Amino acid sequence: MSAISVRGLRKSYGTLEAVRGVDFEIAEGEVFGLLGPNGAGKTTTVEILEGYRSRDAGEVRVLGHDPQRPGPDFRERIGVVLQQSELWPNLTVRETHAIFAGYYRRSRDVDEVIELVGLADKADARVKSLSGGQKRRLDLGIALVGDPDLVFLDEPTTGFDPAARRAAWEMIRSLRSLGKTVLLTTHYLDEAEQLADRVAVMREGRIVRVGTPADLTTTELQTEIRFRRDGEEVLLRTDEPTRVLAELTAEAVARGEELEGLEVRRPTLEEVYLALTEEPAEAGA
Amino acid sequence: MNAEALPVATRRSSARLFLHQLRAEQLVFWRSREAAFFIFLFPLLLFVLLGSVYSGTIDGAPAPQALLAGLIGYGGANTAFAGLAIQLVLRRESAILKRLRATPLPAGTYIGALLVSTLVVFALQTLALFLLGRILYGTPFPSAPGSLVAAVVIGAAAFATLGAATASFIRSGEGSSAVVNFILLPMAFLTGSFGPTRHYPAFLRAIGDVLPLKYFVDLVNAVYLRGHGFWTQPEALAVLGAWGAVGLVLAAAKFRWEPRER
Repeated sequence: MSAISVRGLRKSYGTLEAVRGVDFEIAEGEVFGLLGPNGAGKTTTVEILEGYRSRDAGEVRVLGHDPQRPGPDFRERIGVVLQQSELWPNLTVRETHAIFAGYYRRSRDVDEVIELVGLADKADARVKSLSGGQKRRLDLGIALVGDPDLVFLDEPTTGFDPAARRAAWEMIRSLRSLGKTVLLTTHYLDEAEQLADRVAVMREGRIVRVGTPADLTTTELQTEIRFRRDGEEVLLRTDEPTRVLAELTAEAVARGEELEGLEVRRPTLEEVYLALTEEPAEAGA
Repeated sequence: MNAEALPVATRRSSARLFLHQLRAEQLVFWRSREAAFFIFLFPLLLFVLLGSVYSGTIDGAPAPQALLAGLIGYGGANTAFAGLAIQLVLRRESAILKRLRATPLPAGTYIGALLVSTLVVFALQTLALFLLGRILYGTPFPSAPGSLVAAVVIGAAAFATLGAATASFIRSGEGSSAVVNFILLPMAFLTGSFGPTRHYPAFLRAIGDVLPLKYFVDLVNAVYLRGHGFWTQPEALAVLGAWGAVGLVLAAAKFRWEPRER
């Protein structure tokens, strides 16, 4: 059964069409990345799924609920990390977790969650004394304290330094090992590539591609073959790298030459992403 | 689960949730030094200051008693109107309200616990004012304590709806304290919370006469200074009720859980 199913989702703010017909499914236990530049409609889509916004059109099921009219246990089963939010500055990390834990019928042990998000040595520190990265871990902790089946992470590492990002990635990977379904929005490609089982690339309110990070890099752009001939750089792009390479090398061997600087590379997800989000909009796509 | 067991379990868990949230609100309030000082201690401080300035009688009542009644009025407006408005704006703009919306805590339980928590603070403040008056100026405890409790609850309720309504018109957390005090302090002066208004120009008294704080102070005066039952003051109850109703309608219509778009 799907954790999330979205069909024909649309949402406008006045004349601005933020989401223009989005379809996707997320399986239980899957980590799904929603990738796209700012203004692509990611946050609007996620906030509709979280129950914050109404939709103009489309079918949406989240854990079997319509988030616009959720049943009583919907909010027991989701955990939310908002893009920007603050908590009570004068309470401690443990007190903050305990307050949120009290909202759920079955909650996890507070100290266990604090340990899980790596704040054990900060459990008695006031929230206002935490660094930016520690505050995001607190956000994640209070999202997990109700033991949710589905976790929404809206740009969880924006503004992090590299070490803090890596630590956050480790935590998000640990969610997968706990069997949680995760919907992650990000505008960092490496983040999606590192964490997501599948990625949907959004652009101007539509999903332009969905697939595993590996699918996107093998199917979207041609493989590049580079070498030097008579000191000049040669670049070939092909959908059939095996055949092209066999021909090239056979010729070279026949001539008794070496293909200088021979390099075969698949496009990175970043190149695919840039190609998808920068190419002119396809009519009616 | 049988059909009869469900409502009882639900009721019990709503009561548990309400108490949990009330405890959380109290912790948040008292842990914040700014709130504890400006909301809880400030009226007590004013009582000490004004009590040492005024002597003799004010409008026929001993000055310390008249000031005590006026500062209960100011304390109610300060706690329930200003304090609640500032807290709501800060929580809305920092997305705490939005974050709470994603939890199973029902909106009604949240708002109910916040209102009761505000009332608890105001009730403790009123008690502290009576104790302080007793110790410093020998003021008596109220002769009609039941009516005083009723007056405190009615005043807190009216000002809380006005505070929640005002919060919806304030755009940023940084400005909220300035905006509410710009309303509250002139209101307190014009309505006699800080001393008699007899010698004020007529137009200033006319402005004071439409403000809700005047009627709250009138109600406390009648109950505390003259020992009347709260129900003997239909005019004060009607005006407070009208202001409370306006506040409630505006608060319900304009309330937002989410920060302004940035």
